[in-house]
Amino acid sequence: MGQERNKSEYGVRQNAGAVFWKELVKGLVISNPVFILTLGLCPVLAVTSSIDNALGMGAGVIFVLLCSNIIISAIRKAIPALVRIPVFIVIIATFVTILSLVFEAYLPPLHESLGIYLSLIVVNCIILGRAEVFASKNNVLYSIADALGIGLGFTIALIMISLFREVLGTGGLTVFGSNLFNIPVLSEHPMTFFISPPGAFLVIGLLMALFRWIGVIKGD
Amino acid sequence: MTDLITIFVVTALVNNIVLAKFLGLCPFFGVSKKLSNAISMGMAVTLVMLIASAATSVIYNYLLVPFEVEFMQIVLYILVIASLVQIVELIIKRTNITLYNSLGIYLPLITTNCAVLGITLINSAADYTILESVVSALGGGIGFTLVLIIMSGIREKLDVADTPPAMKGLPIAFITAALLALAFLGFNGLM
Repeated sequence: MGQERNKSEYGVRQNAGAVFWKELVKGLVISNPVFILTLGLCPVLAVTSSIDNALGMGAGVIFVLLCSNIIISAIRKAIPALVRIPVFIVIIATFVTILSLVFEAYLPPLHESLGIYLSLIVVNCIILGRAEVFASKNNVLYSIADALGIGLGFTIALIMISLFREVLGTGGLTVFGSNLFNIPVLSEHPMTFFISPPGAFLVIGLLMALFRWIGVIKGD
Repeated sequence: MTDLITIFVVTALVNNIVLAKFLGLCPFFGVSKKLSNAISMGMAVTLVMLIASAATSVIYNYLLVPFEVEFMQIVLYILVIASLVQIVELIIKRTNITLYNSLGIYLPLITTNCAVLGITLINSAADYTILESVVSALGGGIGFTLVLIIMSGIREKLDVADTPPAMKGLPIAFITAALLALAFLGFNGLM
């Protein structure tokens, strides 16, 4: 945490397109919210027991992050500095409510399996963090790039963890009802430990250690 | 009475808020390096959880359900929790300065602690009465404090242990948490 530089607005002369891409890639790799900044961990462990849940959660976080970043960066000059956090929280809570209602109407099984974690997007530190560090200081275009980068980085981390957990824990991979593959012996005797809560802690701990070992992430 | 005891045991041990529900992981990994900090954080969270659960369950049972506006719960709950934390902070600052100094920096952080919002949402989803909500919050808070204390005890020892460089810090903490969660799975037999 706190490894990220505190950025102010970019100079006007800089090429907008180049900055857009830079912000997008930054969120994906250099400051990946899960493995490097270790933000928003609660949903990461809770919803990665299956890849469907991971994809649903990722899509939800991207939606809320994108909408809140757009609105906050658009009205950033009108928000008094003293009450900015409550304003951010209300904006985020509104979009989470919209998301929750949409999921309930169109994707009821996903809404059911995500449960309270869908509502808990509101206290996900990634979203409030981006509002405070980035959207409240930059224009709408760069805030969109930032939201997409961080949101996709978060989703990719979720997919990686859930791949390990679902394949090892059930012995196969099923994406939205269609079975992709089954591992012969493992699917008859799956290691259910990996879809249970302790398996979540173990997989994310080992993945972090692996990334440090191959040098993607610097240790403390 | 048996119902209340069941709720308490389930939220404190069987469905432990950190190890089974994955709520409040940021303080769990962030504040568990020293035992004294862990105790202060646990107390602060338990206190806020109790007050927040009582307040939100009144709102849920007498406002949201009668008027059929349950979808407003996220916005309302987060506002209630945020303002409650401010009020609690002010009261503690005026009445007990020693307590304020030990809880001080943790109180504002609790607003965005998913354990507090999580327990209020769990209470509403289970349709608990006000008394049941308070008992469930007490269980959640004590469960949180317990795990935080165990974890900080282990991490104080881990600091001086010879761990591989890639594992130092967070990765080994996660693996420790995995073993702890495995031990807590044993409480499933209680039910």
